[in-house]
Amino acid sequence: MIALLDYGAGNVGSVLKAVRYLGYPAEAVSDPQQLLEAEKIILPGQGHFGNMLQALAAKGSLEALRQTVAVGRPYLGICLGLQALYEGSDEAPATPGLGVIPGRVRRFEGIFKVPHIGWNQLAIRPDTRMFRGVASDSFVYYCHSYYAPVTDVTAATTEYGCAFAAAVESGPIRGVQFHPEKSGEVGLQVLKNFLES
Amino acid sequence: MLAKRIIPCLDCKDGRVVKGIRFVNLRDAGDPAELAEMYNRESADELVMLDISASREGRDTLMETVNRVARQLFIPLTVGGGVRTIEDAVRLLKAGSDKVSLNTAAVLHPELVRELADRFGSQAIVVAIDARRPKTQTGGAEGQRPSAAGPPDGSPRWKVVIYAGTQETELDAVEWARQVESLGAGEILLTSMDTDGTQAGFDCELTATIARAVHIPVIASGGAGGLEHFAEVFLRGAADAALAASIFHYGQHTIRSLKEYLRGQGIPMRL
Repeated sequence: MIALLDYGAGNVGSVLKAVRYLGYPAEAVSDPQQLLEAEKIILPGQGHFGNMLQALAAKGSLEALRQTVAVGRPYLGICLGLQALYEGSDEAPATPGLGVIPGRVRRFEGIFKVPHIGWNQLAIRPDTRMFRGVASDSFVYYCHSYYAPVTDVTAATTEYGCAFAAAVESGPIRGVQFHPEKSGEVGLQVLKNFLES
Repeated sequence: MLAKRIIPCLDCKDGRVVKGIRFVNLRDAGDPAELAEMYNRESADELVMLDISASREGRDTLMETVNRVARQLFIPLTVGGGVRTIEDAVRLLKAGSDKVSLNTAAVLHPELVRELADRFGSQAIVVAIDARRPKTQTGGAEGQRPSAAGPPDGSPRWKVVIYAGTQETELDAVEWARQVESLGAGEILLTSMDTDGTQAGFDCELTATIARAVHIPVIASGGAGGLEHFAEVFLRGAADAALAASIFHYGQHTIRSLKEYLRGQGIPMRL
């Protein structure tokens, strides 16, 4: 069973639809026990970094998530779900992230139009598993005001004022800043690659 | 690079797409889910559905339609038309839309924008603004473009109109755009009531003025008749996206051929 972590404000519905469309059984879960038992976890994050992590902590899901990530359970973070992997975000300075990836999430600066909304291109690093079947330069759909820095585990970058982490891949842990459930065929391929992994 | 977006619009009434100019002489143009699929195959970046049913039954049918369209659609879907209350928005989002669009309701109850943005996030809220040069300024023949200078007394160059363009308000469109941004709208869908339906081009001045006044994306609407109109609204109008209905419905141009043309003009396009 694929668990879609529901913390009350995410876009679970559209991701659930996409996963089921691809033929995989999935459920929206908020119970930590269900999370611990899931085969794979997707966190479709949307909204505010601080609110999301607090909502997860309040339900006991944050601790469960830490545990599953620590034991290498396959994880896909979407949007805020990718940002949560970092040490923290300027959006909520007092709230620590999972700290799986070094660095902090920052707000786009010096750009007139924020949030970054629309289709932008991926520059995909060679030899990633998460982008098998996806051409580099493919467009994906973004909607965010904060971005994660490029590190060793960055699987693809996108430019918006600066190069930021469009996707990360570190063993069973994956994250995408864009919305694969809204990125047409390219997005479905990324989801499929995760579900098949 | 961030691409400019091409967004086809489906006007829906009682579960069917309709064609017509400003709600007059409506003709059936097909099944929404089929048209949505066609536009998706042609590389539409997003889809907008505007409900023009005026009845309760029409609204219920809309939910079913949204559900059917959303089921197989993996690009953003925005639904609007007659959204008046939080409940209307909740129903639409639950039925499968990614964003809801409000127009008249936002003008009459601006706090609704704030409430919806707080509840669902700004990314889910589009405020549609219909704007028109004040009648005293137009003069001359229908469709003739008035002077760029604006009225000498400093009164609004464009006024906001509501109730599907039938009622002019005293609101300055530029001021209103700034206000909706501060209320938490994620995007503005801007329709020029002067050019809408004319197929003589978008109102690039209006679009550029609004696009430069706010930090959120502006989707231009109203007046597309030829490929070059889209190039103009992106290059001169500073639009982030362009919406069109009749130019695609009447089969004059496909979205794909439009995008190839625009890319050839140096405008970043997702293809």
